[in-house]
This record gives sequence, C-alpha cells and structure tokens, in this order.
Amino acid sequence: MRKIKEFVIEKSLFSSALITVAVTVGIILVLAIEAFSFFKEVSIFDFFTDTQWTPLFTKKHYGILPLISGTLLTTFIAISVALPIGLSISIYLSEYAPRSFRKTIKPLLELLAAVPSVVYGFFALVVVTPYLQQFMPNLSGFNSLSAGIVMGIMIIPFVSSLSEDALFAVPKALREASYGMGATRLQTAFKVVVPAASSGIIVSIILAISRAIGETMIVAIAAGQQPRLTFDPTVPVETITAYIVQVSLGDVQHGSLEYRTIFAAGITLFALTFLLNTISFQIRKKFRQKYE
Amino acid sequence: MNNVQKNRLKDQLFKFWGIGCTLIGLVLLVVFIGGILIDGLSRIDWAFITDLPSRKAEKSGIWTPLMGSIWILVLTAIISFPISVAAGVYLEEYSKKNRLSALLEINISNLAGVPSIIYGLLGLEVFVRIMNLGASVLAGALTLSLLILPIIIVATREAIKAVPSSIRDASYALGASKWQTIWNQVLPASSGGILTGVILALSRAVGETAPLIVVGALAYVPFAPQGPLDQFSVLPIQIFNWISRPQQGFIDNAAAAIIILLLITFIMNGIAVYFRNKWQKKLQ
Repeated sequence: MRKIKEFVIEKSLFSSALITVAVTVGIILVLAIEAFSFFKEVSIFDFFTDTQWTPLFTKKHYGILPLISGTLLTTFIAISVALPIGLSISIYLSEYAPRSFRKTIKPLLELLAAVPSVVYGFFALVVVTPYLQQFMPNLSGFNSLSAGIVMGIMIIPFVSSLSEDALFAVPKALREASYGMGATRLQTAFKVVVPAASSGIIVSIILAISRAIGETMIVAIAAGQQPRLTFDPTVPVETITAYIVQVSLGDVQHGSLEYRTIFAAGITLFALTFLLNTISFQIRKKFRQKYE
Repeated sequence: MNNVQKNRLKDQLFKFWGIGCTLIGLVLLVVFIGGILIDGLSRIDWAFITDLPSRKAEKSGIWTPLMGSIWILVLTAIISFPISVAAGVYLEEYSKKNRLSALLEINISNLAGVPSIIYGLLGLEVFVRIMNLGASVLAGALTLSLLILPIIIVATREAIKAVPSSIRDASYALGASKWQTIWNQVLPASSGGILTGVILALSRAVGETAPLIVVGALAYVPFAPQGPLDQFSVLPIQIFNWISRPQQGFIDNAAAAIIILLLITFIMNGIAVYFRNKWQKKLQ
C-alpha cells in the first residue's frame, strides 16, 4: 500500500516537472504553426530583405528589418548604460565595499528590477524625454534614446548581480598573490579578478542583452510606433515587442494575415533570445566545471 | 608624483566612481518616484480607489483594474503554486542525474529567459482560442502562471537545497518513507524560502502588462469581474492606457495609479524579504 502511494506521488510530481517541457513545446508549436501560415503568403526572402514594415497600411510591406533595427537600437543604448555602471558596481561591491554595505545595498539594487516596466515607461516618456529635450531640441516626443536609457537603468541589477557573483567566486589566493606583488586593489581587480571571472561576466551581459531585446512596455510607451530602418536615436522607432502590443490593442481578426504578423514577429524575437540564452547556458556550464 | 602614488590615486578614484555607480540607479529611482508622488499624490482619495473608469480624467477611478489585478493575483497563485513546488520537489529530491534531468534543467533555465510577451502569444492561442476561454481573467491567470513557473521552481529548489541532510537522515532512521520525509520534514523546513520565491514571483505577475495585453485584457471594462470567465483589466494596463492620452489630467491619474501599483509591489517585496530573513535565521 505504502509503495503504491509513494509511486503515485512520485509520478504526479514528475508530471508537474514535465509541464515545463510542455510549455516550451507549446511556445515553439504555436509560433511555428502561425508563422508557417504567414510565410505561405509572404516570402521569407521579402521578410528579411524588404526595408519597410507596413502590414496595417493599405500598401502592405512585410520587411522585419525596421523592427529588428528598432529592437537592436534600444537594446544597444540600454546596454551602453547598464554595462559600465553594472560592471563598476560589481567590481566595487566585490573588491572594495565592506561586507555590511554589500549586504544592505544588494536588495536595494534588486528593487530596480522589481519596479514594473510600465512604471519605467512612464519615467521615460514623462520625465526623461522632456528633460533631454532641453539640451536636444530636435529630440522627438517618442524616441529610442530615453527609452534605451531608462531600460538601461532597469537592467543594471541584471549585470551587477550576476557579475558580482562571478567576481566573488574567484579564489582568494589569486588576489593575495597579486597583492603580494604590490598591486593595488584596482590593478588586482582589472588584471586578475575580472579576467578570471570573465566567463561569468560575459554570461551576465548576454542575459542583460536578451532581457533588453524582450522588454516591451518601456519601448511601447516611449519609443513610438513608427517602424523605420534607422540608427538615429532621436526619432520614433518601433521594436518587435512594441509592434505585437500595437496589434494586440487593436481589433485584428483572428486568422487574418495581420493577426499572423504578430506570430512572425514573435518567432523572430523568440529565435533571437533563444540563441542568446543558449550561448549563455553553454558558457555557464563550462564556467561551472572550471571552478568545482 | 611617482608610479606608486599614481596607482594609489587611481585606486582611490575608482572607489568613489564605484560608490557613485552603486548609488546613481537608486538616486534616479528616488527622483522618479518623488516626481510621481508630486504628480499623483493629490489625486489619490477614497473616490479614486472606488470609482469606475470614466471619460473624464477627474471622475476616473481604478476600481475595475484594481479588482482585476486582485483576481489575477489570487488565481495565478492558486494555479502556479502547486505545480511549480511539485516540479521543484521532483527535480531536487527525486530526479536522477541522467539525460532527462539535464533536459529539464536546460529547459527551465531557457524558459526563464523567454520574453514575457511570448507567453502572451502562447496564452492567446492556447487558452483564449483553443480552450475557448476568451479574454477572461482565467486565461490571463493561466498565462501568467506559466510565466512565473520557472521563477518559483528555481526558488523551491534553492530552498530545498538549503535544508541540512541531517534532517533527512534522522527521518529515514525513524523508518519514514521518502514522501513522509519530504512532506513532514523537508517541506516545512524549506517553507520560508519557498514562500519568499512565491511572493516575489507573484509581485512580478502583478506588474506584468505585455502578456495580458496580448491575451486581450481590455483598457476599459465597465464592471469589476464577478467570476473567472469575466472580462478584465489590470492596474498596469490602466496605467498604460492613461499614459497614452495627451491630456494632463490622465497623466496625473497614471501617476496616482502608479503609486498604488508601486505600493503593492513594494509591500510584497518587503514581505518576501521579511520571510527570507526569518527563515535564514531559523536554518542557522
């Protein structure tokens, strides 16, 4: 009796774990099936080479490039903000800061990532853009610059937290050897600790990039809804995610080509983030072997 | 200045640069939130909480989206909690080191990195269309449950890992079965950590906007949901809607609603940190 009970419990726990696999399979199937119907009507070649994205206009173009450029532009700006700041934080916290300071500041930094992204969108549109317009009169009301900067602030903890874990895991002996040679903390940090922890730092950067690519509300609110192939940060653009939101807010008929465009956009987004996540997972696996 | 002094100076300079970087994000957050308090605080009164949305900014309230958020919160908790804790227990206590467990592991870490809007597309197709739930609270809650599964699973595993194996050994020595040991010893000992993870995941769900927009949650619903199959809106979507309007009155409304949303988020985070500290002390 007891054995049967144990067996049933184990199997039901196992099926709960299998649900996670079902989710992944579900995502891939849903995206693939709808995208497949989409590509029956639009050629893949046009999708990747046409430089206009106007599925909601009368003259329709289905080139994903403008959405990709919008996504990459906001991501690039966000990483330019988050990388130097996040990396400096992680080096400071692991090499300089007293333990007590580290312990209090870490949960506070995590708070940056806990604030809902719609709130950051509000900051970008209502606070940052008007502020920047004082110095940059050409800046339009919707632009990738303020969206990117604010997104960068949001993802600081993604860079700092994981990088710091990596720096902290570097064996003490390496540091002591460096100090013994008369190096300062700064020299030790940049010439010994950071190189030793480089794979962990790279993982944190890749995950932050993947996060920025998938971020939706900040760009939907502050970056605009005008897909255009540009790297000018002062004009309105549209990201892949913002396009999906734009279509979802409207009244698009299920089964229509417009409806399928969000799945075509979605599978592009999924492929991008999946690639980055897989790379980071592989690096992390190697990294683990190195230190254990 | 000789080289040694130069290097010492650089060292000191980096120290201040590091402190500056650590504080700048937080300072900006405080400035932002301060601005929001100035814009929105005067707008918050009892009527703002209990009024229905309206075309006029000064008459609009957040009753329907607030109730929608609470519905979503409760349903998401009910759905995601048992599944993700069960999955976490399986992975930590039962699964052997083989190909299948490696696959489950890679899969969960990948799911955690899937953008939330993709979950919205999954929910739209599976829950709204195939299961025919429509743009209902239930469809939204199911979607968010899948979104936070990986977060709770990881938290559960960490919490179970922290339970000393002496507790397990003692239980086995007394003749308890595997499940009896887990149910009576391991889970109670790890409950604080699991609870922390669940609350943090739910606080993330409360702030989620994009997947619910994709699932079809509305910006305007005349009534608060009465059952799980009713239409709904949530606070973040109401905020998004108000931000998108040009009139200053709605911007103030958005600021006021953001204060309520942040209050909910911060309280949940605070509770989570409280549980974590209490639990960590108990474990030691």
